[in-house]
Amino acid sequence: MSLIGVIDHGAGNLVSISQGLERVGASVRLASLPSDLDGCDAIVLPGVGSSGGVMEGIRSGGFETVIRKETRPLLGICVGMQVLFETSEEDGARCLGLIPGTIRRLNNAPRLPHIGWNEVEVVTSDPIFASCPNPVEMYFVHSFAPVPDDRSVVIATARHGDPFVAAVRSENLVGTQFHPERSSAAGLSILEGFVASVTAGLGVESGTR
Amino acid sequence: MTLRTRVIPCLDVAAGRVVKGVNFVNLTDEGDPVELAARYAAEGADEICYLDISAAPEGRSTLLATVRRTASEVFVPLTVGGGIRTPDDVKAALRAGADRVAINTAAVSNPDLIGTSAGRFGSQCIVLAIDARRNPDDRYEVVINGGRTATGLGAIEWAQRGAALGAGEILLTSMDADGTKGGFDVALTRAVSQAVSIPVIASGGAGSTADFVEVVTKGGADAVLAASVFHRNEISIAEVKGALGAAGIPVRRNT
Repeated sequence: MSLIGVIDHGAGNLVSISQGLERVGASVRLASLPSDLDGCDAIVLPGVGSSGGVMEGIRSGGFETVIRKETRPLLGICVGMQVLFETSEEDGARCLGLIPGTIRRLNNAPRLPHIGWNEVEVVTSDPIFASCPNPVEMYFVHSFAPVPDDRSVVIATARHGDPFVAAVRSENLVGTQFHPERSSAAGLSILEGFVASVTAGLGVESGTR
Repeated sequence: MTLRTRVIPCLDVAAGRVVKGVNFVNLTDEGDPVELAARYAAEGADEICYLDISAAPEGRSTLLATVRRTASEVFVPLTVGGGIRTPDDVKAALRAGADRVAINTAAVSNPDLIGTSAGRFGSQCIVLAIDARRNPDDRYEVVINGGRTATGLGAIEWAQRGAALGAGEILLTSMDADGTKGGFDVALTRAVSQAVSIPVIASGGAGSTADFVEVVTKGGADAVLAASVFHRNEISIAEVKGALGAAGIPVRRNT
């Protein structure tokens, strides 16, 4: 059984993601210290609020160096995905910089925040979408989304006003702007796909970035 | 590819049970909130709302235990309101498994609570709950303490101020329509929806599927919330979605 470390950087609801991962057959360890991640097969980086706030939690928890060097599969959710990029225009936050690009406010949105269920179109097949219909409805709650320098990292898109990036993949890093842990059966299938890919030994096996 | 209009059942909870009553008296036990939330989620609820109406302070830990149990079993978003007075109350609800927290009375007496909480946890998880009543001069006034206390605040102005302070959504309840089953207050909903750029949840007065359609098409609501018509099995969530869909309003398929 795969052991997933869920990084606890101080804010937000960790109950749903932990229970969701357990529901699809993983064991979960909440990590409030970097050493709590020792022995984990993969990592989930949740996040709500602003990039700046999440980065502050990551830094004060001592996780920044660890995540920068991480080679295990890592799933970032919402702001947990946004901080994988370089900077955010939300609060000028300097983020982890693991994926080239910036976080920008949604363009031409009828209302913000973008709250609710919206259609996600998978544009590049990925293990996390392995058992999910396409398109699929997922739950969003955000005002900002990534604009990657390299469009090839985009694996799913959605639209609220202009189209935006709903999921990305860069080697061992995968991220969703939507909340799989709050997206009912379809969302659980995303977590199932992630856990299955961990079990199958995907991700970068050795070395550092 | 557009955002779906949400259908949200609201559960009044006290001492760990779903309760029903008139003006907070003669409360009757309507069952286990987690069971009811799970049933609604299975029927296609896009989100669940818990409103804690327990008066006793010890109700707090019971509520958080209920939230924790719900988040463990029900994988749709959960908004929790009632008795939220400090940023630490917000944090406790989020840590227990709530996605968003609704603030009502305490936001009126201490508007800074909105900004402070939004700053700490993000605007997206702070819902400003507004109970409004139409005065004889046709002006909408904010009432607090479950409708018992008038504030003199204009509802539209308060919604705008709340949005400016950092609220990410307005949960707008018409005290005139609430419990009447005579339909939502469309004029109130439209006035608030046009005055702010954050989403507005319409609440109070649902009696038929046509009411839900009207408050979206004419009121501009981004989400619709109801309690008794769902609890009493008078209207199902599927019927509401069917009516919205038939009117050309995008809704989530039940997956």
